[in-house]
This record gives sequence, structure tokens and C-alpha cells, in this order.
Amino acid sequence: MTAAAAPALKMQRRSLYPGWFYLPAAVVYSVLFLAPTFASLYFSLTRWTLFDATFIGFDNFAQFFREPFLIQGLVNTVIYAVVTSGLKVVIGMALAVMLTSQIMARGYLRSVIFFPVLVSTIGVGMTFTVLMHPTQGMINQALALFGIAGPGWLVDPKLALFSVALVDVWKGVGLATVIYIAGLVAIPKDYYEAARIDGATRLQNFIYVTLPLSRPATATVITLSFIGGLRTFDLIWAMTKGGPGFASDTVASVIYKQYQAGFYGLSTAGNVVLFILIAVLVVPLTMFLNRKQGHE
Amino acid sequence: MRSRGSIIGGVAAIAATFVVFVIPFLFIILMAFKDKQQSALRDFSWPNGFHLWDNLYEVVKTRNWMMITAFINSSLITVVSVTLLIVLAAMVGFVLARRKTRWNGLIEFLILAGLMIPPAVVPTIWLLQGLKLFGTLHGMILIQVAYNLPFSIILYRAFIATIPRELDEAAVIDGARPLDVFFRIILPLLWPVTVTNIVVQSVGIFNDFTNPLYYLPGNQNATVQLTLYNFQSQFSTAYNLLFTNIMLITIPPLIVFMFFNRQIVAGMTAGAVKG
Amino acid sequence: MTKTKLFALMGASTLGLMMTANAVYAQQSGYLSFLIDNGPQSVAVAEAWVAAYTEKNPDVTIDIEVRPGGGEGDNIVKTRLATGAMADVFFYNSGSLFQALNPAQNLLPLTGEAFQANVQDSFKSVVSAGGEVYGAPFAPAMGGGIFYNKPIYEELGLEIPKTWDEFMANNEKIKAAGKTAVIQTYGETWTSQVIVLADFFNVLAEDPQFAEQFTANEAKFATTPAALRSFEKLQEVHDADLFNADFGAATYPDGLRMVAMGEGAHYPMLTFGIGAIAETVPDHIQDVGFFALPGDSADKNGLTTWMPDSIYVAKTTASPDLAKDFVSFVASPEGCDIRNEAVGATGPYMIAGCELPADVPPAVSDMLPYFQEGGQNAPALEFLSPVKGPALEQITVEVGSGIRPAAEGAALYDEDVRKQAQQLGLAGW
Repeated sequence: MTAAAAPALKMQRRSLYPGWFYLPAAVVYSVLFLAPTFASLYFSLTRWTLFDATFIGFDNFAQFFREPFLIQGLVNTVIYAVVTSGLKVVIGMALAVMLTSQIMARGYLRSVIFFPVLVSTIGVGMTFTVLMHPTQGMINQALALFGIAGPGWLVDPKLALFSVALVDVWKGVGLATVIYIAGLVAIPKDYYEAARIDGATRLQNFIYVTLPLSRPATATVITLSFIGGLRTFDLIWAMTKGGPGFASDTVASVIYKQYQAGFYGLSTAGNVVLFILIAVLVVPLTMFLNRKQGHE
Repeated sequence: MRSRGSIIGGVAAIAATFVVFVIPFLFIILMAFKDKQQSALRDFSWPNGFHLWDNLYEVVKTRNWMMITAFINSSLITVVSVTLLIVLAAMVGFVLARRKTRWNGLIEFLILAGLMIPPAVVPTIWLLQGLKLFGTLHGMILIQVAYNLPFSIILYRAFIATIPRELDEAAVIDGARPLDVFFRIILPLLWPVTVTNIVVQSVGIFNDFTNPLYYLPGNQNATVQLTLYNFQSQFSTAYNLLFTNIMLITIPPLIVFMFFNRQIVAGMTAGAVKG
Repeated sequence: MTKTKLFALMGASTLGLMMTANAVYAQQSGYLSFLIDNGPQSVAVAEAWVAAYTEKNPDVTIDIEVRPGGGEGDNIVKTRLATGAMADVFFYNSGSLFQALNPAQNLLPLTGEAFQANVQDSFKSVVSAGGEVYGAPFAPAMGGGIFYNKPIYEELGLEIPKTWDEFMANNEKIKAAGKTAVIQTYGETWTSQVIVLADFFNVLAEDPQFAEQFTANEAKFATTPAALRSFEKLQEVHDADLFNADFGAATYPDGLRMVAMGEGAHYPMLTFGIGAIAETVPDHIQDVGFFALPGDSADKNGLTTWMPDSIYVAKTTASPDLAKDFVSFVASPEGCDIRNEAVGATGPYMIAGCELPADVPPAVSDMLPYFQEGGQNAPALEFLSPVKGPALEQITVEVGSGIRPAAEGAALYDEDVRKQAQQLGLAGW
């Protein structure tokens, strides 16, 4: 290598990762996502008919917190996010451990668990609404064969939110499983080998090797499903529309209803409220998960 | 070698997943084969006679063959926006994982914000209108790209971090330009995560319901999810047609799944622990 | 045949020829988009009108677009109007929902059109804003009340109730006979509002000023005894345990089927349901009767009426003349005949010259006396006041399911309407 080639190499090394690679993505993202988001900060302070916006200060936010259902919506949103992401972590991990072990029909199992991820949320919602019908639904008809009187899955106000959450897990656990499989597979075999030499049981293997070393996968699963849970809308709308009454309303469905009613400023204010709720819950969570990850 | 315990465990797993995951789909299929009277019972029974073709014809021709338009539109939106997503997200993920600058923090913040912040629908409609993109397929495609970029970038960045830097540096010594390095060396290396991206995003976009509902009004712009939703009350007394429709829109994801299944499994479980 | 008669005939046929020629001359051409809600009745009748109209005017193409009903449909209509992407012609509600469309800005006035001469003034008033008329009725007037199953009434020897107490007494007898007394279908939440909304005749009978005071923020549901009574009635039927077992999940078509087939005795509903019964269970249409929601006094027994939905023309249309011509076709006696043919007769028309067929279903003939001399009726609140809260259907689901007591539900609704009033910029809110 000559002396003259060295600076050229340095130059090329710098431009190997050019900043303009960001540009196309940045333009699309800024114009169609960031700009409306910033605009929403203004419109949330207005009474807006789409034709004209009247500035009314924080009235929309005050109105939003006067809504007696909003508090319930907030609580429901958090419950839904915790239940769905918690179940996805536990079940996803269990299924991934099973699917990376030497179990029979692995291909079949992997396929059937993952496939619901790919199916239309609206279609799944409509299907389960029919299956969960209190008297005509297949689930309760099947329970009746065993002499069990099935509950009103979607019509009992105490149960509706959890029923939708269960369907969410049914549909989404395949993605968590796939992420976990990728995480488990990335664990070097040496660790298990070493553990085997030390005479570890399968349970010890799981607790001392699998669990800590799959923490990055756990972080991904929790972050994705928790945010997804907080923002959830499609499935709830397809199954209960927030009902019965307001029993399964989440912040997203409350916002949507205000939007439907033509209260555009109020709905936009709800967007901001949801954003703050998410920020308050997810930022600390991500920091916590990343800190743990850094220690590994 | 399998122990008896693992065989019992395997059979139990197969039985449990069959009940939980397969029966709902069998239910959909059986309903699609039934006639209106039998489907009204909504039970898990064998169809009396074969009515699938009648049901299919009935569903597809409803509202002036709207389903055909819907499939064309949905396919267009999905293919174009996923292609754009792959290229744009891989480029960002690549530079983001490799180049540490003071901007990284901001960019990561924006990505996280994109995952977290619910889109502001009304201001977006207002803006799309100003750009003359409201109610057009172009506008819909760009919206899908904008909304789904953060997730794709995260997948790419995480994966790129696992590729040794020496690979792209080796390419530099050969005198390649950044774009060449990216498209010839990096992008092919990313194939496993690209497949994941394609599957997850194309399914997400194909199945998206809310965004087309607001950004894509009008009959000639119908998408398959909207069509299902619109037919819901029209089919409210005809469960056979409702489930035929659900089955119909489940077929494209199924094809994607069958086509990419090997790659998903290979990409996700490469080097799986055996035994 | 005498000569004069022959001449007369010739004259008539010449006239006919001239008229035909005239019609040919006036024949329309062009393209219209036509947005309708996805109810089977709307789809069927819209398709029939388009088919008839394009047969007369072969150079016209009309594309029917379908949108969801309910709140989602409201939103689509509003958004498309606001963004200039509305179809040329569209179906939408009259009354308070029409007022929320900002008609002066978004709709084409139809005040001076010839067909308006035949439209009843009571209808024009609910599609007017700022002195202009914007719509034409595309359906008959409706009543809100209770469908009942006639065979059950005969079997148990029951009388049509004139008061709420008689109604509840009937319910107890039906329940004692082991049948479902009252059908509720909260699988489609809008159906839960009917008892409250259809009680409005009784509210006005007690408190004639309620609508004006309500609009002016001077009267509230929770604090006006007659209005609170509407919510209490809903709670009473729930507390008496009269509902079908699956009331939380059953849908509107389920409800209609149940009352027609005798799976339940009463189904509170608007009379547009008659069309759906005729379509889905035609063999049982003769088994369904109708009466107004009873009040507390037999002397004041009357029907709460709903003005029909309307057909409107968007201001952004590229072919206003064609759109107006199509609207006048829909609002003509010929249009009514096509409607009767396509979906059956469901109530009295608001257009002079439109006739009901002689053999209307019993539920329709039960409704007609309320509209005729000596009958009593009053419009629903949404035609007297622009204030209608969007969450009423959730609140009535709660009251009807026993989740929330009537008084709290009424108070919650008062809170809900405040937003609508503020959004409309009404004085006093």
C-alpha cells in the first residue's frame, strides 16, 4: 500500500455510510408523519370543523378529562397492554422453547402458531365475535357439552376487555414466538454445553442460560406488544366497539368516537393525551429494558 | 432419540394447538361451504351439500364486482409500499448501525416516536388534501411507508449490528462505492431479515383497515379489508357469505406464508439447537 | 267507436308522441356517483332507481358507492364533504344530523326545483338551512314504537296497551307464559336507543316546551321528570328481567326475526324494520303488528315520528343538472312506485301523489291511524333540536343492561350533548 492511497482509503471509509442514505426516508416520514403530528398540537387547542378552527385554549383537554368514560378508558388501555404483552412474553417464550427443542411435528406447530399473525384483524375479530356469541357461539356450545355454562364473553362488562385481549394474544403470540426463536437460536451452544458438563437440569438450563440470554428478545417482545396494546383499536372495534356501554373502551376507541362524532379538535386532543400516556409508560420501560441489556 | 415423555408431550402439543389455532380456521372454511340456512346455526358441523362456488360467486359479484377492484388495489398498495419500505428502511438501518454521530440519538428518538405516537388522522387528511394526495393510491402508499418505516428500521438495525463490519470494509478496499456496497453486499446479506420484513409488513399493510378507511374514500379505491367491513351488514343474515368473504381475504396471506415459510423458518431459526 | 272518440284518442296519442319526443329531447347524459349506506333496503332501492333511471336515459351512467351506516358512516360523509371528495348524489339523514353537515357550504340548494311543490312542508323544514331546501325524501315517514307478535297476543288474549302500566302487565303475562317479553339487540348498539327516543311523544305531551328549552340549554334530561322517565322505562324493562337471553349479542336482523317468528313478543324499533321483515321472513310479515310506545296516560297516546332520510346533491358535483334530474326522479310518484316494488311499503310518503299499495302489511296499517285525522303524533327530538349527543347508544346499552341506573345515564347524556352543542356553536352553551 503506498502512502498516497492511505488518505483516499480514509475518505472512502467515511463515505461508506453516507448521511444522505437517511434522506428519502426522512422526507416521507417528516411530511406525512411528523408534520401532521406537530399540526395536531395546534389543532388540539381548537374547536375544529375541518373548515375552520377556533382557538379555545385547553378547553378540549378539560373536556376530555370531564368525560366520565375517559378514566375507564385509560385504565382499560393499561390493563389491555399489560395483559396482552405479559401473556405474549410468557406464552411466546414457552412456545419458542418447545419449538427449538426436539419435539415432533415442529414444522406443523410452528406454522399453525404463526399463521394467525398473518390473518386480517377485522376477519379474526368477526370470526371470534361469532364464536364467542353467548348462546349461539361455538365456544359456549362446546362448553355446554361438558356441562359448563359459558360466560357472556363479549357482553359481560367485566369480561369483554379480557375476551378481546385473549383474541389479541391468540392472533399475536406467533410473532412473539418467532422473535423468541430467533433469540434462543442466537444463544451459543457452548453455554448449554458448559451447563451440561456442570450437570444442570433442564429447569436450571432454562433459568440460568435461556432466560438471561434471551433478554434482548424479551425487550423486543415487550416493547412491541406493549406499545401495540396501548394503541390497540382495530380488534376492539371489530369485536365490541368499546361496549357493552363503555366497558371495553380504550383511549384509542374513545378518540375514534370523538372523531366519528365530528369533534375533530377534541379527537386530536385525545391523540395528544394518548401520546403523553404512551410516553409516560413506554419511555421508562424501554430505558429499564435497555439498561438491563447493557449490563449483560 | 425420543423418549416416551417427549412423544406424549408432542401429541399433547399437537392436540392443543389444533383446538386453539386450527379449529377457528376450519370453522371459517366449513361455514364457507354451507348454505344460508345451515350457516345461520353457527355450529361446527359438516356442510349439507357443497355451496362454496355459489357463495364465492355471490360474494365476488356483490356491489358490481367490487371484490376484484379491491384485490387489485390492495395488491398494488402492498407491493409498492413494501418495496419502498425495504429499500428505505435498510438504508437507514445500515447507516444508523454503522455510523455513530451526534445525530444518532435524535434519529433513534424519532424512530421510537414513530412506533409510539398514534398518527394524527385529521391533520393528516388536511395535509394530504393540500398535497393533492388525498384519496389516491399514491397517497395511501406513502402513508403506509411513513407509518411502517420505524418498525422496519428497527428490525434492520438490529440485524445489521450482527454482521461483522469487516465485510463492508473489505468491499471498500476493493474500491466499491457506497451504493454498490449497499445493494451488492449489504442488502443480500440482509435477506433473512428482509423476508421477515416483507412478510410482516406486507401482511400488515394488506390487512390494514383504518388507514384506507380514512385516506382512501370511494368505490374505485376499495381495499379488501374495507370491502369485508362494508359487506358486514349486507351479509349480517348470511353467515355463509360473511365467512366466504373472510376466507377469501385470508388466502393471500396464506399464499405468502406458504411461499416464504421456508425462508422465515430458515431466517429465524438458522443454526437451530438440535437435540 | 265514434269519430269524436277516435279523434280524442288520436289527440291523446299525438300528445303522447309529443310527450315522448319531449322526453327524448330532455333525455339526460353523463355520469353520476351515488353514495348510499350499506343497509340492504338502501342498496336494493338505490339499485332499482338507478336501473330504472338509466333505462330511461341510456346515456347516463350512475355508480353506486356504499358506506357503512351509523357513526362511521356519519364520519365518512362529513370527511368527504369537508375534503371535496363527496359523490355527486348521496343519501343521508334529515334533522339534526343534516344540520351538522354545514349545508350552506357543502350542499346544492334544491329549493326552486319543480318537484318540491309536491313535498310536504313538514319534511322540507328538516332539510332546510338558512332559507334554502337541500334535500328530497327518498323513503316514507316512520314511527318509533313497538313491534309485537300477533299470534302471541291472540294466544294469551292480550290487548294493545295504551299506557305503560298496561304494557308492563302484558309483559308479565308473556313472561309467565314462558316467553321472551321484550327483545333487545345490543349487538348493534343503535337499536338500544329506541325506547328512549320513541318515548319523546310522551315527553312532549307532559312538557311541550322541552325541545326549545333543551336546545337553549335550559332543560336537561336528568332534571326534567318527563324526560328522565324515558330512561326509567328502559331501566324498568331491564329490571323486570324480560329480555331474550342473548340480548347483549343479538343483532337487529335477529330482533326482527324473533318478533316475526314469535320467539319474542315485543321489539321496540322504528317502522323501517317492516321492509327488512318482508325481505327476510316474508311468511311472517302478517304476524307483526305495531303500536306506539305507551305513556302514563291513556288519553295521551300518540306516536313519535321520524322524518325519512333524504337524498342530497353535493355542491362539488360536476353535473348539477343531471344530479337534480335524478333527485326529482327519486322524489316523483314513479320513484315511489319503484320503491314499493323493490322493498315494499313501510309507511306514508311525504310526497303528494305517492300512493301506498292496497295490501300493506299489518304493521304499516297499524301505524297509519296515528298519522290520520284524530290520531296523535309528534316528531322525534332530533327533528326539533339540532342537539343530539353521539354517546346515547352506549349510554342506553348501559341502562338497558343494568350497568348504570337511569338517573345517572340521563345525567351522562346531558354531559354528552354539551359537546355537540358547543361544536355547533349554539347560544347558551
